[in-house]
Amino acid sequence: MSDSTVNLTSQEQVRQSRFDKKVRYQVSATDKLISVVIYTLFSLFAFVCIYPFYSLIINTISANDISARGDVVFFPKHIHFQNYVDVFKIPGLGHAALVSIGRTVIGTSLTVGASAFLGFMFSQEDMWGRKFWYRYTIITMFFSAGIIPWYLTMRSLHLTNNFLAYILPTIVAPFFIILVKTFVESTPKELQQAASIDGAGVMTIFFRIMLPISKPILATVAIFAAVDQWNSFQDTLLLVTDSKLYSLQFILYNYINQASSLSTMVNLQNAGSTAMASLTTKQTTTSIRMTVTIIVVAPILLVYPIFQRFFVKGIMIGAVKG
Amino acid sequence: MHVQKNGIRSMSIRKFLYILPFMALLAIFAYYPLYGWVYAFFDYSPPIPLSKSPFVGFQWFHSLVENQVKVDQLLQIIKNTFGLSGLNLLFSWLPMVFAIFLTEIKAVRFRKFIQTVTTLPNFISWVLVYSLAFTMFSSDGIVNGLLRQLGIDSPILPLQSSHHVWLMMWLWTTWKVLGWSAILYIAAIMGIDDSLYEAAHVDGATRMQVIRYVVLPSMLPTYFVLLMLQIASFLNNGLEQYFVFQNAFNKDSIQALDLYVYNLAMGGGSYSVSVAISMLKSLISVVLLFSVNGLSKLLRGEGIV
Repeated sequence: MSDSTVNLTSQEQVRQSRFDKKVRYQVSATDKLISVVIYTLFSLFAFVCIYPFYSLIINTISANDISARGDVVFFPKHIHFQNYVDVFKIPGLGHAALVSIGRTVIGTSLTVGASAFLGFMFSQEDMWGRKFWYRYTIITMFFSAGIIPWYLTMRSLHLTNNFLAYILPTIVAPFFIILVKTFVESTPKELQQAASIDGAGVMTIFFRIMLPISKPILATVAIFAAVDQWNSFQDTLLLVTDSKLYSLQFILYNYINQASSLSTMVNLQNAGSTAMASLTTKQTTTSIRMTVTIIVVAPILLVYPIFQRFFVKGIMIGAVKG
Repeated sequence: MHVQKNGIRSMSIRKFLYILPFMALLAIFAYYPLYGWVYAFFDYSPPIPLSKSPFVGFQWFHSLVENQVKVDQLLQIIKNTFGLSGLNLLFSWLPMVFAIFLTEIKAVRFRKFIQTVTTLPNFISWVLVYSLAFTMFSSDGIVNGLLRQLGIDSPILPLQSSHHVWLMMWLWTTWKVLGWSAILYIAAIMGIDDSLYEAAHVDGATRMQVIRYVVLPSMLPTYFVLLMLQIASFLNNGLEQYFVFQNAFNKDSIQALDLYVYNLAMGGGSYSVSVAISMLKSLISVVLLFSVNGLSKLLRGEGIV
């Protein structure tokens, strides 16, 4: 599969060089018009994609009374950072952040480990029942019992209001296993054969040889798994009623629906400790909701530009196989 | 010889034993929930456990169609499911067109920028999408603030509206996934053999002709596979998006199967009947999957699964 990845990049170079060579079509007026339309439409769509994030950021650092009226549109007004201090006074937010970070770190590590191991094992042709167990794993991508049967059985396993419910069901992830298996099968067979002749057992081959050379694909799996864990909302919604186990996503959903009472609470706390909060920094329904949103989206915004190429690689390898 | 054969066999079994714990996890979290379907055949109402609930056979399945009111309600849910999924299906070619025209952009940096920016929304959760939507379109949101500044006093409130709900949901889905869905097609375009372009150029093809006769045909196989997969998951249009966007205004049009089943069970406590619906939905989905797989084998000579 690394073959096809290599192919992709070399073809991309060829493709770009096609433009570099400036192969000239008959540049007609229609072509120019097409170009203008293309550039305009794509610029507009890009603006629509990025503006909501930008607007949130400038609103959270603007005077709260102005942003509550929807009057901060293109530039921040009366910049201040009090919102980011106050937001942590909301009871439960810090704890929810811990839950989200906890499930992301633990869940991602286990998912990556299991995907690496199973992807490697499913490439072992002499494993007993290999084809059957591989199908048994992959087919789970294409059916599900439904959310309520799932909820009822999870409850019968005592996995409601249980942190393990965030972790255990995500460990074996068929899509990631496909990614790793495809990668392992693209590595030269001689590597494993040589080690095997030297007397290395299957576990030694996995830990000493395959794990180190699978790093690129495991990075891709890790980033997908981490985003999935961080964004997960449905499992909290179905399985958790104990507020100690609320994730950031879930708490954000609640805040959108009840931010007014929270802003009153923070303002009361502030009134106790400081003198009268000015209108600029006084918490409003809007300021609370927006600041929490930024806190929840920040990890994605920070991680995404750095790891974008991993995402792209992941979907391409998965697509060729899936 | 005999000893060696045994050794190979035990190695093969040992390898299986290594993966056994993971297969057990799958059995518990992917296969065991199927057992949850038995609730559809009992009159289950918590806290009375299933073992003490009376067995009612197919009563819940009959009850779905026992009177006109229930039939109408179910029809509305099915209509919503078809409307919401149908719009996505109807515009399933959009990522392909997006990719075609994106790769027509010659300025590499600009193209990369557009691709990066338009892919970003795919990585935020529906809760965050809803929060962004709320920030933009609530009565004191940015859009209405801007309208006020322009002197327009009638606010736009698409989130609190019972009109065009399916279209709004389609727009949000498109905003979120369009850039990401285009990546597969971009890969397909990058894979087109250069000689095809040169041949087209020699023949004096215009830009639109190159797109029509070179680029488009080479993407149709990818489109076909994705279309088949989309048809297979026609009934599974998900819970999260519609759950976070639902409110008193749009409830009648936004309840697709998954959300309806959720509201019935978690809101109304009618577990058994919602399991019955879940079960029918899963069974129809499996039939759909086998059908499109068969169709794919017939048309392309290979299945999609």
